[in-house]
Amino acid sequence: MSTRIGHIAANTFREAVRDRVLYNLIAFALLLSGAAILVGQISIDIERLVVINLGLTAVSLFGIVIAIFIGIGLVSKEIEKRTLYTVLSRPVRRWEFIVGKFFGLAGTLFVNTFLMAIGVFGALLYVSRHFQRADAWVLVALYFIILEFVIITALALLFSSFSSPLLSAVFAFALFVIGSFSEDLRGFAAIAHGVTHWLATGAAYLVPNFSALNVISSVAHQQPISGHLILYNTAYALIYATMALCGAVVIFEHRDLK
Amino acid sequence: MPAIEILGLEKTYTVGFWRKRPKQALKSLHLTVEEGEIFGFLGPNGAGKTTTLKLLMGLVFPSAGSARILGMTIDDPRMKAQIGFLPEQPYFYDYLTARELLDYYGQLSGVDASIRSRRVDAVLHRVGLPDVGDVQLRKFSKGMLQRVGIAQAILHDPKLVFFDEPMSGLDPMGRREVRDLMEQLKHEGKTVFFSTHILSDAEALCDRVAIIHQGELRGVGAVADLTSSVHGQVELVWQGTAVPASMRGLGAECHVTGDTVRAVLPEDKQDAAIEILRRERLRLISVTPVRASLEDYFVQKLQPAVSVGARS
Ligand SMILES: Nc1ncnc2c1ncn2[C@@H]1O[C@H](COP(=O)(O)OP(=O)(O)OP(=O)(O)O)[C@@H](O)[C@H]1O
Ligand SMILES: [Mg+2]
Repeated sequence: MSTRIGHIAANTFREAVRDRVLYNLIAFALLLSGAAILVGQISIDIERLVVINLGLTAVSLFGIVIAIFIGIGLVSKEIEKRTLYTVLSRPVRRWEFIVGKFFGLAGTLFVNTFLMAIGVFGALLYVSRHFQRADAWVLVALYFIILEFVIITALALLFSSFSSPLLSAVFAFALFVIGSFSEDLRGFAAIAHGVTHWLATGAAYLVPNFSALNVISSVAHQQPISGHLILYNTAYALIYATMALCGAVVIFEHRDLK
Repeated sequence: MPAIEILGLEKTYTVGFWRKRPKQALKSLHLTVEEGEIFGFLGPNGAGKTTTLKLLMGLVFPSAGSARILGMTIDDPRMKAQIGFLPEQPYFYDYLTARELLDYYGQLSGVDASIRSRRVDAVLHRVGLPDVGDVQLRKFSKGMLQRVGIAQAILHDPKLVFFDEPMSGLDPMGRREVRDLMEQLKHEGKTVFFSTHILSDAEALCDRVAIIHQGELRGVGAVADLTSSVHGQVELVWQGTAVPASMRGLGAECHVTGDTVRAVLPEDKQDAAIEILRRERLRLISVTPVRASLEDYFVQKLQPAVSVGARS
């Protein structure tokens, strides 16, 4: 069973690589080196702030875009092109297909992020000549970014299992934007009354909590991150992604492939 | 144990975006295919052949009924390891080469790594694609994709294969090769279930055929048995240009060419017709029975159900 999931994941990764997804790294490298050289004139503290802020924001945005644009096609494209027929007529269960696709895209994003992270640390080294202890928090921020990708991938897969690629992209992107403001949404829910209160509370807890996962600016300002938050975010992302994946599986298990 | 046992499978699609209405693609189908048979599943466009195959492959779910393949339910992965499926107009991951695709499918079907690459080479050879194994599938022609489709269906040495229109898109040589391949599979003891609307292929290959029309089974049996049930006809040829009026009265279809007349009429009218010729002093040249082909049977079965009943 697990070997089939592995094979499907590996093939999904191979598809992404052959579709030249990793070429985004070139754009990323250009952006980062451009920024590092441009801010090279200012004081060291500002340089670090800019490199971390800009670098991590770019890592997260590039990845989100990849997650959404590949994620929405993972299932629907295979149904549309009928490439699934010769996969599902083999001893592959439908849930194995979904889970394999998920790990394939998550793996792609992980490799992509890993390579970008090397770029960020390279730029940090370039602007400040040596690493500091606070740079370790950048690793935590990168970890949280990967957790974001895990959630968005699962959501894109969920939408892809029942709606068209375009609608899926709209849904996934909307959830990403709202999720990024989920802290504000919770704040609003707390002060609202009546029906609005319940609606806002429901929405606040339904959308992925990307506010908590975004620690880029505190890391840029060299503030430490609590172990409690790391634990909370890890559990949150795993539970959220698992539920989205289960939803995708339940829908896909009952779907006619036309 | 039968290879395939279809027990009242039914499929109703819902069509229409605003106003949904049901479209019955397959009406309660009962069918049994024995092990070791080449079984032809015939029917005109839109008859429900592909729908039946998709139901059996678990790609769409039945509205009613069930089926067993190799004695197992249709969602059983153990059964799926022992069958091969060629979809209609197959399409594959076009970023892979033929060899990579077959290797991937071999992995999914649980073909052991130690024999996989040898198996892939052998099967590429068998479908006539020995030289393009390392070409990306996006550069394949329609007929080449069809051949890849056949390759992936037999790659894991299945006991039973399902082919949806295996000859479509193939050149004359390719058709002959696929026919030969199906016969080889039968000799290896495999069961072959294939859909087609090329009746001559079915006639040449099949142990038994089923005919389906508008989602309904219209006949099933050995080709010889089916065609013998079609009323036989005879062809009479005589010298002259005259067609006696009484001959037309027998329901003969007459064609005059040069100084001979050809008449085709029902077998049971043969004696009466010869009698007429003798009376008219016309010289009979030949009497030949016209063998009913599968096509005749097919055409007869595709008449609306009422008139089929009236005729038989
Ligand atoms: N996804 C679908 N949604 C709605 N109706 C469908 C769908 N697929 C097939 N049908 C209908 O079901 C009927 C049977 O179609 P099917 O594809 O099984 O025919 P077929 O025998 O394979 O024909 P062909 O020889 O043209 O391949 C047709 O009337 C078709 O319009
Ligand atoms: Mg068809």
